[in-house]
Amino acid sequence: MALVGICAPLGDSFLARGMKQLPAISLDHPLALIAAVFHPWIAAGIAMLICFFACYLTALSWADLTYVLPTTAFGYVIIALLGKFWLNEQISPYRWAGILLITIGVGFVSQGPSLTEKENPEDAGVQP
Amino acid sequence: MIVLMMPALGTGGVNPWLAAAMIGGVAITSTIGEVSTAAAMKSIGDLDEIRAKSGLKGAIVAVLTCPMFFVGVGFLALAFFALLLALNHLSLSLAGPASASLTLVTNAVAAKIFLKENVDRRRWISAILVCIGVYLLAH
Repeated sequence: MALVGICAPLGDSFLARGMKQLPAISLDHPLALIAAVFHPWIAAGIAMLICFFACYLTALSWADLTYVLPTTAFGYVIIALLGKFWLNEQISPYRWAGILLITIGVGFVSQGPSLTEKENPEDAGVQP
Repeated sequence: MIVLMMPALGTGGVNPWLAAAMIGGVAITSTIGEVSTAAAMKSIGDLDEIRAKSGLKGAIVAVLTCPMFFVGVGFLALAFFALLLALNHLSLSLAGPASASLTLVTNAVAAKIFLKENVDRRRWISAILVCIGVYLLAH
């Protein structure tokens, strides 16, 4: 669960850095999005997101989606704290408030059961 | 509310409605992908147990032979390209948290309807707290 939280925001940051280095892509040329995949920063972002996805799938196999998603949002807090203590970035009161709310939210959901008990195991799939 | 706040957040010269459409597109495709993937993983069973019994190869085979998994991955891939497009036109501080916040709420609704998950008061409050927290973190 911790790896999910770390890899996802790092991957997004790499993608953002890569996309900013490319010229603007219009909807008239969607294939330019495919070509963007081979940019080094975007490739590094994709590698991080593959690591995230493997951990995420494992978590989803034993926990509810509504348990996993808020918990993995703790990654935003980890990145903000890394910026503060590792990169000496300033964190505004708004960000501290955001960190506090996410921490409370994650703590709140983690106190409850991670999986909904089903009477019939087949109910776990998507209903028509 | 998101649209009204966009001029203050800076859409980089992009029409606020187009920016909202980009973020909404990410949230919708992402929600379909997340719900389909969660349904697939629940139908497969605990991956840790499968890996302990059949090894890593067995776990990979179990995932790759589930058709619903590919539906989920297909929509998550669409969401990925929708996010790339949004990041190309909007700032990360807007596109990232806005789509993540919106996706948390749409996922809770979709999980309750389609996955029959027990989204009780605790999970709703948690989703909303995290949603607001992610948004504030962008400032």
